[in-house]
Amino acid sequence: MSGLVVIGASYAGIEAALSAREAGYAEPVTVVADEAWLPYQRPPLSKDFLLDLVSEQNLILRDGAFFESRRIDLVLGQRVIAIDRQARRVELAGGSRLSFDKLVIATGSHARRLSVAGAELDGVCTLRSVADAIDLKARLGDASEIVVIGGGFIGLEVASSAARLGKKVTVIEAAPRLLERAISAVVSKFLLDAHRAAGVDVRLGETVASMIGNAGGIAGVSLSGGARLRADLVVVGVGGIAADELADAAGLRCSNGIVVDELGRTEAGDIYAVGDCTNHFNRFAGSWIRLESVQNAQDQGRAAGLAIAGHREPYDSVPRFWSDQYDIKLQITGLSARHDHIAIRGSVEQGRFSVFHYKGGKLIAVDGVNRPGDQMAARRLIAMGVSPSPQQAEDPCFDLKSLLRAAQRADA
Amino acid sequence: MTTSWKHLCAASKLAEGEPLGFKVDDRRVALYKVNDEVFATDDACSHAFALLSTGFLDEHVIECPLHGAMFDVRNGKCRSGAYKDIRAFQVEIRDGEVYVNLDCPPVNEACLDDARDVNS
Repeated sequence: MSGLVVIGASYAGIEAALSAREAGYAEPVTVVADEAWLPYQRPPLSKDFLLDLVSEQNLILRDGAFFESRRIDLVLGQRVIAIDRQARRVELAGGSRLSFDKLVIATGSHARRLSVAGAELDGVCTLRSVADAIDLKARLGDASEIVVIGGGFIGLEVASSAARLGKKVTVIEAAPRLLERAISAVVSKFLLDAHRAAGVDVRLGETVASMIGNAGGIAGVSLSGGARLRADLVVVGVGGIAADELADAAGLRCSNGIVVDELGRTEAGDIYAVGDCTNHFNRFAGSWIRLESVQNAQDQGRAAGLAIAGHREPYDSVPRFWSDQYDIKLQITGLSARHDHIAIRGSVEQGRFSVFHYKGGKLIAVDGVNRPGDQMAARRLIAMGVSPSPQQAEDPCFDLKSLLRAAQRADA
Repeated sequence: MTTSWKHLCAASKLAEGEPLGFKVDDRRVALYKVNDEVFATDDACSHAFALLSTGFLDEHVIECPLHGAMFDVRNGKCRSGAYKDIRAFQVEIRDGEVYVNLDCPPVNEACLDDARDVNS
């Protein structure tokens, strides 16, 4: 039995499998994953799941019957250990093999680990999978002093959840501001104020020198600046690295992720790769980039699935990200790294605002808090290459959608 | 017209491309007007709690304002197969008033089982 084999059952992998089916791919489809769980939602793991607002059961995206009805075989709890390109099959840890005509690699990313002394102590955790989250949730219940290393999305979400649970929380961030590479200074400052108002001790420009142990368990963290913090739980959120080992071992080109084209194809035409584990040329970044986001996973997965079914629909989506912390809904559309000008729409004081980022007069990204309407308009504006002037962006009475309608009329 | 049909509003209140949200007996329903035709779905996104009526309507596709899940308002089907579909309801316009049938099986009956834990 050959057909399509997908390695990885998270957003990217199942989107590829489902899109191929939906587009008429008639051969067998098998999704194999090392995790034993049905495909589940990852974003709540650092938020509502830790707060016990979402159960494990409610994390499940679709049940087994749904995949059965789509004739998609889920092979869960089985790890792929090798891809044999010559024989066109994947080898599983238990010794069995799966043959393929088409292969999709959707192996995701690993949590980056710290290379300081004591990083292996019990009580030093990372968060990627539901198993990590179950472990972290149990430890959070018993912990009283928590140190979060890294002021990125996962670190800040865990800090927000832990603070809500009444824990003493310290966040250590090496950069001079939070989420420096992802969001504007205005939004960074807004988040910083929110965390401090919630009682979180945020230390910027600080790095960890070592972890201090006691009888094999974590007892504290020693900072480069000399300070020592007590801790009975440490959460490390210092980014992810592409899980591209299988592809690399199979001789596929990898460079900060598996290198793929606009259909998610690797250099071996029948082998695709999608999601966190890939590096693709993104016109909104103006460069090759590896993105870790639900949007990237789904949209790239869809392009690959459609291509496998014979439909060419290149991946060309405006990158999008979100993060929920306290009652703050942070959303990001586009990539702001190259901006040279910003305009602010809405009120920072009232906690409802968007920051429009321009490069050479062109709108390239909008990040903001609690203004989802701006995000939706921004996605279309950026995709169509239509830019409101900074004055229009700053004017809350100016209707951004009117530019879309005008552009659509001009198109028609 | 049986009692299972609920009156929501005057058809003249609906503008092309501008969704409207309603609360009917503890249930949230969104109405959409697309090319002069009116459609009704659950207003709560299947993915996380957000109101689709505050989202962006592009032809027959409504985009959830929070995380970008997209649904076809004609049948409630999610563009991404990973997320559960939402329910789409029968709509009738009588004497310029919009009625929605919430008790009858949704027009997309197949998603009923999937929709049970909407909002969770």
